[in-house]
Amino acid sequence: MTGLRYVYAVCRPFGTPLQAELTGVAGDPPRLLTHHGLVAVVSHVPERDFAEEPLRSRLEDLDWLTATARAHQGVIDALTVVTTPLPLRLATVFRDDSGVRTMLQAREADFRRTLDRLEGRVEWGVKLYADERPADAGTAADKPASGRDYLRQRRTSVRAREDQWQRAEEFATRLHETLSAVAEDARLHPPQNATLSGAAGRNVLNAAYLVPRSRSEEFVELVDRTKDETTDFRVELTGPWAAYSFAGEKP
Amino acid sequence: MTTPGRLPDPYGRDSGGANLADILERVLDKGVVIAGDIRINLLDIELLTIKLRLIVASVDKAKEMGIDWWEDDPALSSGARRKELARENAELRERIAQLDPGRDRQEKEA
Repeated sequence: MTGLRYVYAVCRPFGTPLQAELTGVAGDPPRLLTHHGLVAVVSHVPERDFAEEPLRSRLEDLDWLTATARAHQGVIDALTVVTTPLPLRLATVFRDDSGVRTMLQAREADFRRTLDRLEGRVEWGVKLYADERPADAGTAADKPASGRDYLRQRRTSVRAREDQWQRAEEFATRLHETLSAVAEDARLHPPQNATLSGAAGRNVLNAAYLVPRSRSEEFVELVDRTKDETTDFRVELTGPWAAYSFAGEKP
Repeated sequence: MTTPGRLPDPYGRDSGGANLADILERVLDKGVVIAGDIRINLLDIELLTIKLRLIVASVDKAKEMGIDWWEDDPALSSGARRKELARENAELRERIAQLDPGRDRQEKEA
């Protein structure tokens, strides 16, 4: 098959073969392109979707973007099982294998440095959600007897909501400190858009933690324990991810 | 060669995949940025990410609009509006940087 080359990740050579049924973004199985002791994980993609012009409009098609992002992530996940991949951003595309080799060579030193730094580590995502519903939803529904009553109810309701945000913030800060102490590194990401995530409640903390594989079980247990500490807020754990949030060079 | 240690079972991904926001956040916005032969403007991707994160009113609406899902947005509907797009992007970037100092690192790489 001809076409363009889509690169998912760069890693060191690994012994275990990828799952045979694994397919990449355009249904083509990913293959390994080795150059100077670095491996680019590559699959073939058609020009009709991935050349410059079509790609631009494709990226704005939410269904296409979703399918492509999931397929990209599927390959990265499979790699994370067998090695420590350096994940590249979605839609990193070259004309042919030699373009990929040239890139590997040009960035060789960077790749080696980052791969060394991330070796044997994975990323865990932790999010904290607070209920959007005001704490006193029950009483607020009561019909106020007078204007003064109304104002009193309103004041109570506003105060309850403020209290809740403050407690959420305190809980988030404590949670982040606890988890950062176990993790090697941490990143705070902007809260997620509820429409995209489909998650209930307001996302008050969206963090990523870099954790050695050997300490991952401990980290997961720690998160589980904090889940039990609160009934007011929801703690959500995702992972293990490839170390996406830590793949860039340190500032 | 890498010998991965034992990992706990995946979390948050049992039922057919992680939530879309988790995946897009990572594959669009994180990871290593390399300029391939196919040059998608980095502004396009960044703007896409920012739109998804901050502005998109609803996915349903976006789907209704199909591939022109933000066609009614003057900053995006025409390639001739690069300048306006760049300005808007710079502003949004500044806002994001205030929210997330860690992002600076990626901007520099890009």
